[in-house]
Amino acid sequence: MVRWERFKKILAKTYIYLVLLLMYAPILVLVVYSFTDSDQLGIWNGFSFKLYVDLFKNESLMDAFGNTLLIAVVSGIVSTILGTLGAIGVFYSEKRFRQPVETMTQLPVVNAEIVMALSLAILFKVLNTRYSFLTLLVGHLVLTVAFVYLNVKPKLMQMDPFIYEAALDLGASPRYALFKVVLPEILPGIFSGFLISLTLSLDDFVITQYLKEPSFETVSTYIQKIVAKHPIPPEVRALSTILFAIVLVFVLAITFYNNNKAIKLLKARRGRR
Amino acid sequence: MKFRRKYLSIPYVLFLVCFVVIPVLFIVYYAFTNKGGQLSIDNLIRFFSDKTNVDVLLISFAYAIINTFICLLIGYPLAMVLANRKYNKSSVLVMLFIMPMWINFIIRTSATRDVLNWIGISTGAHSELTTIIGLVYNYLPFVVLPLYTTMLKMDRSQIEASLDLGANPFHTFFKTIIPMTMPGIVSAATMVFMPTLSSYVISDILSEYNVVLFGSYIDLYFNQADWNFGSFMALIMLLLIGLSVFITRKFSKDDRGGRSIW
Amino acid sequence: MAKKDVILELINVNKKYEDSYAVENFNLYVNKGEFITFLGPSGCGKTTTLRMIAGFEKPTSGQILLNGKDIGSLPPYKRPLNTVFQRYALFPHLDVYDNIAFGLKFKKVAYEVTKKDGTKVTKYRKFTREEVDAKVTKALKIVDLEAFESRDVSTLSGGQQQRVAIARAIVNEPEILLLDEPLGALDLKMRKEMQLELKEMHRKLGITFIYVTHDQEEALTMSDMIVVMEDGQIQQIGTPLDIYNEPKNAFVADFIGESNIYVGTMIGNKKVRFLGTTWECIDDFPVNQKVDVVVRPEDVIIKPLGEGAVKAKIVNKIFKGIHYQFTAMVGNNEVLIQTTADHEVNTEVSLSIEPDLIQIMNRAYDANIYQDAYINKNNKVVFAGATWDCDITQLVNGSSVDEKGYFSTPDGKKYDLTDLDVIATIDMKDIEISDDLEDGNITGQIIQMVWKGDHYQVIVRTEEEEDFVVDTEWTWNELDTVSVKIPESKIKLTLKEDISKYEI
Repeated sequence: MVRWERFKKILAKTYIYLVLLLMYAPILVLVVYSFTDSDQLGIWNGFSFKLYVDLFKNESLMDAFGNTLLIAVVSGIVSTILGTLGAIGVFYSEKRFRQPVETMTQLPVVNAEIVMALSLAILFKVLNTRYSFLTLLVGHLVLTVAFVYLNVKPKLMQMDPFIYEAALDLGASPRYALFKVVLPEILPGIFSGFLISLTLSLDDFVITQYLKEPSFETVSTYIQKIVAKHPIPPEVRALSTILFAIVLVFVLAITFYNNNKAIKLLKARRGRR
Repeated sequence: MKFRRKYLSIPYVLFLVCFVVIPVLFIVYYAFTNKGGQLSIDNLIRFFSDKTNVDVLLISFAYAIINTFICLLIGYPLAMVLANRKYNKSSVLVMLFIMPMWINFIIRTSATRDVLNWIGISTGAHSELTTIIGLVYNYLPFVVLPLYTTMLKMDRSQIEASLDLGANPFHTFFKTIIPMTMPGIVSAATMVFMPTLSSYVISDILSEYNVVLFGSYIDLYFNQADWNFGSFMALIMLLLIGLSVFITRKFSKDDRGGRSIW
Repeated sequence: MAKKDVILELINVNKKYEDSYAVENFNLYVNKGEFITFLGPSGCGKTTTLRMIAGFEKPTSGQILLNGKDIGSLPPYKRPLNTVFQRYALFPHLDVYDNIAFGLKFKKVAYEVTKKDGTKVTKYRKFTREEVDAKVTKALKIVDLEAFESRDVSTLSGGQQQRVAIARAIVNEPEILLLDEPLGALDLKMRKEMQLELKEMHRKLGITFIYVTHDQEEALTMSDMIVVMEDGQIQQIGTPLDIYNEPKNAFVADFIGESNIYVGTMIGNKKVRFLGTTWECIDDFPVNQKVDVVVRPEDVIIKPLGEGAVKAKIVNKIFKGIHYQFTAMVGNNEVLIQTTADHEVNTEVSLSIEPDLIQIMNRAYDANIYQDAYINKNNKVVFAGATWDCDITQLVNGSSVDEKGYFSTPDGKKYDLTDLDVIATIDMKDIEISDDLEDGNITGQIIQMVWKGDHYQVIVRTEEEEDFVVDTEWTWNELDTVSVKIPESKIKLTLKEDISKYEI
């Protein structure tokens, strides 16, 4: 029996690590071959940082990288404000108003990106709008704003509904009560909403492709244009390695932070701080 | 105007109406008008009279079904192991499975293609196979997450009760664990199924344009500036999505899951 | 109660949500320094009334006067009142000190400045840090939480959180402190302690307390004045003693303390018949009137057989610490008795009650009367949100309905009764209720239940806010959803308007 248990454990672990390895294999190959100066995957020309140097010399790729960050941060901030205010406002509205807004919010969540992109393209065609940073921003907001709303909403629902009234009762104006009492309560939801919009925007290709102005490239559109006909350009391996490292550090940090927070909370429960 | 909390939602609601609802209405309008702008069902007739169109839809369905099935087949045991405290105590491992979602998917997809070509599975010669590999690579993380969260919530004493009542592990799995995790399975399946239908970049890159999914087809007509026919197909897509949402709602009251990771 | 030094007055206050009244025709004045309690079951409108006073809800109509000034349109943050919330509503992101100091940030103090030319000007400033410090410290002392300033509120126990909530309110020195079931979330022992402490605080602070609770014992212990509410309306206002000893109706009697409630008939001058015998009483009601009779369990005296007024058999005995509680049967009627003397179960005894301890009151309900019934075009009767197929020929003696649906009277006239207004009456005992929702004509929720010795009187309210009063032998629970079944032959119809208008 004990032996069977042990066998099961080994089997289970082998399975996870095997899947993990397969899942990361393509990225890891890129990472490994980012440290050699070769045009082709699978050919090792000795250890070198040349691709990293090439990367920083490749102006159009660097531009695309900057553009990606720019649109992600701008759309992240705008959609966080829009979505948070929306969630607060809807939370305090009558049910007959809340219901349709909830349905509208679900629409961009379930909708296919290509349908959203096409529909916005039609709208801009009808309005005779030239594609610009603004049209791209609208596209990214459509993509992200509902997720901010959906992250803030549960925090509002978990909040003690009477603290707002308590603040008014103690003499705070509605504005003060909202910013100094309600906002701190829902801050974690706002923050995770912001992070999700950031990642959605960074990763986006379809909406960006449809709504950007032709000369404006993000990492996704820039690389897609090349890989449509050619293998991944060597310096993109270096870029991938850097991105992978950033994501890895970030994800691990968040995981540890969450674990620590749980531990801290447990400690706080037990005694004074 | 006196300040009211509910007024705060005005910008959000206006934004949704202008850039989500009205554009969708435009799709409906364009789908049922012809190039001259007159109301017509030309697009409907055109779509269903040409076998190629229907074939693309059916092939897309086939890919979506196969992709969903494989993702569940790999992801389900994975989530089970990850959610079992006997085998895994850290959330880091779980995060590692979800993390690929945050690496640019164009890079991920083209890396998969380059590696496949490198090891001899040519994307030109084995387009179907490489497309499916690429789809599975891309959607596996989306399956692991909802399954994992459902399994965490699962009451282990029910499994013990099943074993206690004389069911063997095989029966316990099919009669207890699977039904109990059904909401997770359904939500995982929807995270994969509809996006596969509408995806186009993955199949474009991984099949060298040999495999055309419904998403690519819409993209194709959009690029040819055939707005009306493209809209009609987008409308079909919308209806399919609506249908899938309806089915999901039926299956699980709890429609969360998905992207809420933090 | 006498109008002495009125601080708060509510005049004809109504609060309507969609179609139903949460508070109806509420009139009350509160004297300065009083401890007044709104008492009633959940949903009776007591919290809504409190929230209207605090400013969280606006009355649909009526006035709320504070020191003679209408504050009905002032927002809560401009009213000099503070609230202690049911679930404390502490600010989780602030510590104990900051929670208490919260309100002081918005307070302005007036001070006089003498200008160079000698004129005096009143200016306003905020509290200084030291002043805030002193006030918070004092408030913490009042609630016995001196060492807790820097604690996170989430680390406090329920009782401690409640104290912080009280301190946070009283630190602002409100003119009236509003307390919305503040002890509801505490366990029994803690609740008893806090009751005494709150009473003590009220004495020391000297400010007016308006307290909301559904716990009658709490109300009796703490209040100077109790307002008993039911279904949005005031049932009785009085001191705890008044309300206990002289309940105005069966509802109040049942809600406050334990009671024996019976249906009785006046059979002579100050003579009432119930429990199968005739009793002397001190209340004067018209002869032959049906009345509700209330007797407190401690007012029933057990005597040896033959010495009392009525024979009874003891069927149950419970030891309650200081006294025993017996259940005795007089015929089919149960009598609850509380006494310190012991008796054996199954013994036959005799019961007596002093005349002044028999409370007689008007019956709240005699029968179900629907004044707004009418006949529809199919000759069916519509009332209480449903359509009833009852015998409309009872409206006029000897009348009939012909095959075309016209109503004909013995004198040969024909009528089309569509839209005729009638009054429908159903006796309480003719209505049945059932938990099979398919069984009856209409469904509703049980909103009130009073035991009347040998049966319950139940009020069922439908979704359209129509009430049915039903006598039933079965036990139900409040808030049960049930179906109401009325045999259509038992519905009595009378004309409400002149039938001649409908002649054809």
